[in-house]
Amino acid sequence: MRRVKTAIGLVLTAVMLFPVYWMVNVSFTRDADMRRDPPNWFPVDGTLEGYQAVLDRQLPYLATSLVVGLGTVALTLVVAAPAAYALAKLRPRGGGVLSFLLLIAQMIPGIIMAMGFYAVFLSAGVLNTVPGLIVADSTLAVPFAVLVLTAFMSGLPEELLQAARVDGAGTVRTFRSIVLPLSRNALVTVSLFAFLWAWSDFVFASTLDQGGDHQPITLGIYHYIGNNNQEWNAIMATAVVASIPAALLLVIAQRYVAAGVTAGAVKD
Amino acid sequence: MALTTQARSRGRTGEPTPPRRAPRLRSGQWAAWAFLAPVGLYLLLFYAYPLYRNVELSLRDYTVRSFVRGDAPFAGFDNYLKVFADPTFGPALWHTVVFTVVSLAFQFTIGLALALFFVQNFPLSATLRALFLVPWLLPLIVSASTWSWLLNSESGVVNAALGALGLGPVNWLTSPDWSLWSVTIANIWIGVPFNLVVLYSGLQAIPAGVYEAAALDGANARQRFWRITFPLLRPVSAITLLLGLVYTLKVFDIIWIMTRGGPSGASTTFATWSYRLGFGNLVPSFGPGAAVGNLLIVAALVFGLVYVRTLHRRVP
Repeated sequence: MRRVKTAIGLVLTAVMLFPVYWMVNVSFTRDADMRRDPPNWFPVDGTLEGYQAVLDRQLPYLATSLVVGLGTVALTLVVAAPAAYALAKLRPRGGGVLSFLLLIAQMIPGIIMAMGFYAVFLSAGVLNTVPGLIVADSTLAVPFAVLVLTAFMSGLPEELLQAARVDGAGTVRTFRSIVLPLSRNALVTVSLFAFLWAWSDFVFASTLDQGGDHQPITLGIYHYIGNNNQEWNAIMATAVVASIPAALLLVIAQRYVAAGVTAGAVKD
Repeated sequence: MALTTQARSRGRTGEPTPPRRAPRLRSGQWAAWAFLAPVGLYLLLFYAYPLYRNVELSLRDYTVRSFVRGDAPFAGFDNYLKVFADPTFGPALWHTVVFTVVSLAFQFTIGLALALFFVQNFPLSATLRALFLVPWLLPLIVSASTWSWLLNSESGVVNAALGALGLGPVNWLTSPDWSLWSVTIANIWIGVPFNLVVLYSGLQAIPAGVYEAAALDGANARQRFWRITFPLLRPVSAITLLLGLVYTLKVFDIIWIMTRGGPSGASTTFATWSYRLGFGNLVPSFGPGAAVGNLLIVAALVFGLVYVRTLHRRVP
């Protein structure tokens, strides 16, 4: 009976992941076989042309995405970690209101933020710049980060912080030497999601970085689809490469991912 | 991991409720505010200010020139009236409702069925459940372009499969009758993992003892589902659906990449309409675009407040 369930589970997973398989399959398919009827179910006579095209044309986009992703992680942690510590352990008056605002902030549609940012960035002169994009992308992660970190830090034993206080550690010292190291797991979760959301962002990139010199990989794919919708192996090869961070995330940090989904459940 | 167990017992991390409250020290207040200063400043600069500018955009009569110079005349609610009178308004509203309701219904039903299946532990169940997360983690542009090719009229594998079954080819993305369904299917695919994971954690929180007692009383599988699982899962279900609703209202990427809201507006929702007004044309109309966006925000906030209230009722 358990074997049967595993078999059913395998079939369900195969059905669910078929589009992903197809993306990989098409990325290896020769141009000549692209419009075959019926299509090749496996990349027989496979080609690496698509991946060659990625190397030739998409590397600058990938580099930009990497920079934007890392910048977003840094900005998110700098803003969110102290706030979470304050909300969880110092409990200022009005902390509840702030948590509420963050909860609501997650629900604002990205396209609306994009339009507001466009107006703001235009007057500030940071339209089409990488720092501008980092700031916009961080809005996807900051509310989530504060809420998840607050929940985690609330669980840290009060005795530990009191012991530090007795030993003469100030608030800043306690935060740096005790709270932050103990919150490593939650910080990793938050960083992974912040990176992934920045890496995947299309709304902000297509509105705030449309004419930029350094554009992220999502725009790289988008231009590809727009310009030459014949080279589908190259498009799908780029898509495969753009999916690598998500795949790595799932392989390396599976338990953090499941925790993150249930904890925050935020994605546009 | 503490995060996991906490999230499990509550379904979602919302308002922090510390297990043991620290005494509120007066001297600590200043330190607390110092630690909160960055996020406060951040929210003002990067949330409040762009949103304020967005409202301002919707209340003025902007042209490209006055957008740059910032001297557009105040127009009151003209942009909103223009939007309401626009022939796109009715269809966009209808498409948004259909897209949201159909997506939610299928995502939730499929997610619940899968959660019920995976909660019976069997060999490999944890690994397969993790693999189910892949669609949710992929960048939306990747999912959307993959679906575009799957659903391609001439060379897509979906039409090839339909052809093998003797069914005629469907113009999934290029026919006004089908484009809304195509983007809805892709969106359901992306949303199932989220529903699966959250409902799975909800199922796990139901104590096994309840089922054992019911089995002793002779309840069959169907009774166990409708009398125990369904009522006990209701709070988690409510939160899943409400969050799903708020997030589906926001969906823009998938539709824009797959169909650009077309053909001839057949898959235009408020989100894509707002984008098209603001960024999709050669001559942008920021005012009406911002007005559409603000209507969307009002809808999202209404459901968001319902969500927050549900959350608070669950965590007293």
